[in-house]
Amino acid sequence: MSVAATTEAGARPSRAGRQPHLPAWLGTVPFFAYVGVFLLWPTGILVVNAFKNPSGSWNFGGVSTLWGPVVRSYFIGSFKLCLISAVAGAVFGALVAYAVASGKPDGAVRRFALAGSGVLAQFGGVTLAFAFQALIGPAGLLFHASWYYNFPWGIGLIYIYFQVPLMVLVFLPAIDGLKAQWREASESLGSSTWQYWRYVGGPLLAPAFFGAALLLFANALSAFATIEAWENQIAYTVPQEISTSLSSEVGLANVNAADLLAFGMIVMVAVVMTGYALLQRRAARWLR
Amino acid sequence: MRSPYRFTLVGVAALALLAAGCSSSSNSGSGGGTNWSTVSSASAGGGMSKLIAAAKKEGQLNVIALPPTWANYGNIIKTFSTKYGIKVNSALPDGTSQQEVDTIKQKNGTAAAPDVVDVGVSVALANTSLFTPYKVSTWSAIPAAQKNSTGLWYNDYGGYMAVGYSSKFGTITSLSQLLGPKFKNAVALNGNPTAANAALNGVMMANLAEGGSASDISKGVNFFHELKAKGNFSPVSATGATIKSGSTPVVFNWDYLNLPSYVGVSNWKVFIPSNAVLGGYYAQAINKSAPHPAAARLWEEFLYSQATDGGQNLWLQGGARPVEQVAMSSNGSIDKAAAAKLPAVSGSPVFLSQGQATGAATYLATNWAKAVG
Repeated sequence: MSVAATTEAGARPSRAGRQPHLPAWLGTVPFFAYVGVFLLWPTGILVVNAFKNPSGSWNFGGVSTLWGPVVRSYFIGSFKLCLISAVAGAVFGALVAYAVASGKPDGAVRRFALAGSGVLAQFGGVTLAFAFQALIGPAGLLFHASWYYNFPWGIGLIYIYFQVPLMVLVFLPAIDGLKAQWREASESLGSSTWQYWRYVGGPLLAPAFFGAALLLFANALSAFATIEAWENQIAYTVPQEISTSLSSEVGLANVNAADLLAFGMIVMVAVVMTGYALLQRRAARWLR
Repeated sequence: MRSPYRFTLVGVAALALLAAGCSSSSNSGSGGGTNWSTVSSASAGGGMSKLIAAAKKEGQLNVIALPPTWANYGNIIKTFSTKYGIKVNSALPDGTSQQEVDTIKQKNGTAAAPDVVDVGVSVALANTSLFTPYKVSTWSAIPAAQKNSTGLWYNDYGGYMAVGYSSKFGTITSLSQLLGPKFKNAVALNGNPTAANAALNGVMMANLAEGGSASDISKGVNFFHELKAKGNFSPVSATGATIKSGSTPVVFNWDYLNLPSYVGVSNWKVFIPSNAVLGGYYAQAINKSAPHPAAARLWEEFLYSQATDGGQNLWLQGGARPVEQVAMSSNGSIDKAAAAKLPAVSGSPVFLSQGQATGAATYLATNWAKAVG
């Protein structure tokens, strides 16, 4: 306390090197306060409400609706859409990132690709839906297509529009981390290109690749506005059904059902995260 | 009960603005000795002239969720305001019925609480405890089935489910034509029928046209299943913009939202299937804690007035069917030119009971996504 008083007084000249000794954990307070208020607290409310009914009493039986055929179909729809867009986004994005990384480090192409990716990774929602609608929709400027109305392939391909740039952004640092000397070393030991990627480059990049793919998966899972602008007469995905549960004016509105669906999404992400952790442990084994 | 494609966030933001911007000039209760907040008809309060005087003294009226382009509300508000010199505060014009009653619950006790609401019948029925009974002077002209007997709520205007379509398709006379190959991705509802009332009624209209009954919507769902299988069901719901751009050239919606004058497209036609006349009406109600009780009652008198510049004819000019239309047709007070512009109806209209509407919603909850997914 005396130290604190010294700093507060301020006017008293302090000797050089005499810094106030604040506890180290103090620096983490803003972070944990932020996480607590904006993540843990709402999540807690959501999970508690998921197990209540609209009148406020506990309702543990409601969970069974999660694996009923109707709700299950929304989760399967979300899973398909996320998987397609995450896999395609990760593969194409990794290829683009590799192409960018093998160019000049301060070349125009790289700067252009990075700036473009930064913009396009945020280009989702209604704006994206409108862009496609205006270009190739039923009254489009370029030509008229209807393939993108297909679920999940059509809408999944549209999601790639923001998934690929995001992959470029998050995966490029990992590729930049590959040292040219490693390649030279493996070549001087007589390995082929395939062997280099199989035994050196691949294992080095795998954890970053799967981590980025997981990010894309979660990105697609929470995406709502694009598909809602696109296919809003049918709910295919969980976020769409949450919207219905919150806003239905035909008597189907139920906030607790929406909480339960959101809880199901948390479980879904937890399962994917666990799978990723196991995979990463396997991929990173050689590092130890 | 308005358009389903509006986002809740807009409503929340508007509510926040409303809360921030509202002044606190409350003057509830008495005008000339009468406590208008408990009066259930103009005559019980001493007659129309007393009501007008009390309402003018209050000077303001809070309305909510009345889009200016919807059923001529822009003009109705302006006419009322000019006629009686009462300032109309129109909050949350694009709100839904549910938001109207939510706002009453949140704002009661402040000067910003809505005085009157215009809500879907299901929302009115679920919230009668928020309303106070009032019978307008033309009460007897409202059909008995379209009002609460004590006057807690009363239908105001409505319409029939209709099919609007671009005239490039020629003339459509039956729903089965829509299964043809030229309607690829063309047929749209107004939202997801598990969420939006207009869309649910669109499916119900198809159900009636296919020979189904109001108690069993399954034939309507089958129709849309077939439509989807042929590739004719548009995944994008209809809005003014999709109609104008041509993305949704065939739309199932209430006729007053489907008229060429409302849609703003000149080559637009409307028809109501002869064997499937499905009606839907909104309802008026007065907030029992209205901050401007006399103005609220005068507003209702104005809306149900059969005069040339009264609410009933003004709604009609907006393409909506006023609830006193039948009575006005027989006593000659109706605006004949406006009435002639409405799509022709043959056959007696069906109105969903509360039980039938709930039954349809429950069936759709489990079967809609499966049928059209």
